[in-house]
Amino acid sequence: MFSGFMVNAWEISTIVAIVAGMVGFFVVLRGSAFPAHAIPNGAFAGAAGASLVGIDPLVGLGVFSLLAALGISSLGRRGRPDVATALALVMMLALGAAFLSQTREFEPQVLGLLFGDLFGVETRKILPIALLAVVCVLAVATLFRPLLLTSLVPEVAMARGMRPHLIDTAFLVVLACATTMTVPVVGALLIFALMIGPPAAARCFTSRPGVALGASVVLALLAVWSSIACAYLSNWPVGFFVGTFCAGLYAIGRIYEVLAAAMSRRLALR
Amino acid sequence: MQLLFEPGFFSNASVRGALVLGAIVAVVSAAVGVFTVLRSQSFAGHALTDVATTGGAAATYYGVSVLAGFISASVIGAGSIEAIGTHRVRRRDIATGIVLGAATGLSALFLWLDSSTSTTGATQQILFGSIFSVTGSTVLDASILGAAILLVVALLWRPLLLSAVSTEIAAARGIRTKLIGLLFTLALAVTVGLTSIAIGSILSTALLIGPAAAALRVTRTVVRAVSLACALGIAATWLGILFAYDSKYWSSSGNALPVSFFIVSIVFFLYLLTGLPALRRRFARRTPTSVQGTRPAPQAASAAMRTQ
Amino acid sequence: MSVPEVVREARAVLEVDDVSVSFSGRTILDHVSFEVRPGEFTGLIGSNGVGKTTLLRVILGLQKSSTGAVRILGAPRSRSSRSIGYVPQKVLLDPDVPVRARDLVALGLDAHRIGLPRRSAAQRELVERTLDEVDATSFADARVGSLSGGEQQRVLIAHALISRPQLLLLDEPLANLDPKSVQEIVALLHRVVIDHGVAVLLSAHEMNSLLPVMDRVVYVTGGRAASGTTDEVIRSDVLSALYGHHVDVLQLHGRVLVVAEPGAATDDLPAHPTLQLD
Repeated sequence: MFSGFMVNAWEISTIVAIVAGMVGFFVVLRGSAFPAHAIPNGAFAGAAGASLVGIDPLVGLGVFSLLAALGISSLGRRGRPDVATALALVMMLALGAAFLSQTREFEPQVLGLLFGDLFGVETRKILPIALLAVVCVLAVATLFRPLLLTSLVPEVAMARGMRPHLIDTAFLVVLACATTMTVPVVGALLIFALMIGPPAAARCFTSRPGVALGASVVLALLAVWSSIACAYLSNWPVGFFVGTFCAGLYAIGRIYEVLAAAMSRRLALR
Repeated sequence: MQLLFEPGFFSNASVRGALVLGAIVAVVSAAVGVFTVLRSQSFAGHALTDVATTGGAAATYYGVSVLAGFISASVIGAGSIEAIGTHRVRRRDIATGIVLGAATGLSALFLWLDSSTSTTGATQQILFGSIFSVTGSTVLDASILGAAILLVVALLWRPLLLSAVSTEIAAARGIRTKLIGLLFTLALAVTVGLTSIAIGSILSTALLIGPAAAALRVTRTVVRAVSLACALGIAATWLGILFAYDSKYWSSSGNALPVSFFIVSIVFFLYLLTGLPALRRRFARRTPTSVQGTRPAPQAASAAMRTQ
Repeated sequence: MSVPEVVREARAVLEVDDVSVSFSGRTILDHVSFEVRPGEFTGLIGSNGVGKTTLLRVILGLQKSSTGAVRILGAPRSRSSRSIGYVPQKVLLDPDVPVRARDLVALGLDAHRIGLPRRSAAQRELVERTLDEVDATSFADARVGSLSGGEQQRVLIAHALISRPQLLLLDEPLANLDPKSVQEIVALLHRVVIDHGVAVLLSAHEMNSLLPVMDRVVYVTGGRAASGTTDEVIRSDVLSALYGHHVDVLQLHGRVLVVAEPGAATDDLPAHPTLQLD
């Protein structure tokens, strides 16, 4: 379980979980779940386009996730953000369909991006992914306070000279960066689960922003590691375990929240 | 005529089937879509297509009706979202995300368990759909379910409208806003289940959100928005089918571009077009109810309610 | 006024000079001028929809004015002026967000900074003291979203105060509060003015709760404003000129009522509350 190709799987999943936990903390805080779903899914069109013209799919992913982030942010400024996200997403997917229709050659490879291939990561791919991960983590740490204030009281942040829209765009770009690195590994569909479940669960356990951020990373690591172990032992797809465990973590968090509230009410009554 | 319609467009059975199904789907999606956009449920509207897909995969594995699989998974997903989430938009988004993530995981499992279909093939079929391979029974199913959905929307029309304007006012008037919200979300789930199996999940979301959002930008009453959304939806679908059919003849390779690409592009273009400030102002001024155009949204929304 | 004109000008914390704003042909503010001096409590009074929030947005630099200028401490205002603290209107904080009252106050100190927060002992001590100043110590460790309206208001005041601004702007902080919380917030702001010499500009649609503490008043109606001390402005002749028709100002048990004559043309008047019971 800890030898050969599995070493790469453990390493890469650890990197992915750290990034998903940190970026996901703000995805949940800012209510950006839909963009977090749309950017990785839309980005796969880029991989299709890259295959068509014969360049590295990772470049295509990067370009298209950046395009998706900027598109969502500029369309959302003039209309309803959720509508903008939905239309940007379907437009990118439709483009992906158009690219795929022109060539049948790369189809399995590109569609594989939807679910990813954690056990098939080559060693030489780890370094670029790790570099992108460092960029994402640094970006979130750098923007921590402005992100926190603009998502909590945007009016106050604006009065202090911050530009919530600019910060929002910056965040979507970070999301795009995280997408580019994680999609080939865990797939467009499951990176989303990792960015929502653990962070949403983490904030049920604590009221302190820094602790919640840390807990989010820890829970994401837990989810990914246990998923890999279960997948290895059962031979079932790892995506199933990631999806289920992330939802399960959130369920546990919500139950804890309810119990803790009931406990403190009983203590108060005494 | 010959320039526009390539040979055999009207005599082709699959084209005729596509035109009929496209129109049905466009009308149902428009009516449900207007309220989906007003209630800010676009994310749920899209996420349920993926949830429905899980049902499709499960149905294939257990060998039961795929349509039933799509619709029941979508309805179960919608029910779970409503059960986890509340009226708070951010928490509703998270609830949608959690359900979507879990459903995606299950999807991966069923696609893997079902060795008879290849993962990629099934994924592609579900994602992109195939409006051209419509059978008579799909059209019949779609008409019956579509009529049922339209009936539910018509019945819920006024409470939905009032809750969209203000949940507080609606609640104060004795409307059970949570129940109305649940019923609408279930109607949305059936719609999405139906449309995602009929035309694929990309087109399902595009036709649900695009025409409705475009229409809402340039109309000031909900009746007009729904009518315009229907018209835009049908126009986009039919034009898209025409272009896709014709595209076979465009290039020498004979590779047709997918119909979803054309329909989505038209819808996207319509949304961008209706967002042009000049156009929005023009439409806003036409109706007597809007006030000087300074802050038309709230007044117009309540005015829209009064007039209906 | 014994202070020479030039010196007084230089000392003003905030000068609003001939500011007009119009949205697509409709005039919201019509050549409004007034100033706020250090250590004074100024009430921005007017019924709902007369342009108080727009005026505050102009002062904050979030809204462009078509004429006139705003000067902070004698200089034209810049976008990121940290000499102004701001408490917005009707904030609904998300109860799911893991941020304690203490964290939000600390963010007032350094939200513009990048990097993960590492606060020194002196900074933590300052947060503690500021929480104490607004009587928020008892709920400092609760999530901000779970607090009551009055409690959230106090946390937001502490957030604005901690960076030691020269001017504190509050947009309708007393709306939607129960009478007891109104009294507490007014007393708290009065204390802030006295203890720190901070100038407070507070918008409200009801002035009676502010009468005991208000040094000056800016009375806004129909996009125009009259300013001065309470005695100078809340007078029948001044307000009649402002409204453009006759209104009476009645003093009753230390409360002030502004009423219009029966049958007076009221179409240019703000909504009912001002004229019924102010």
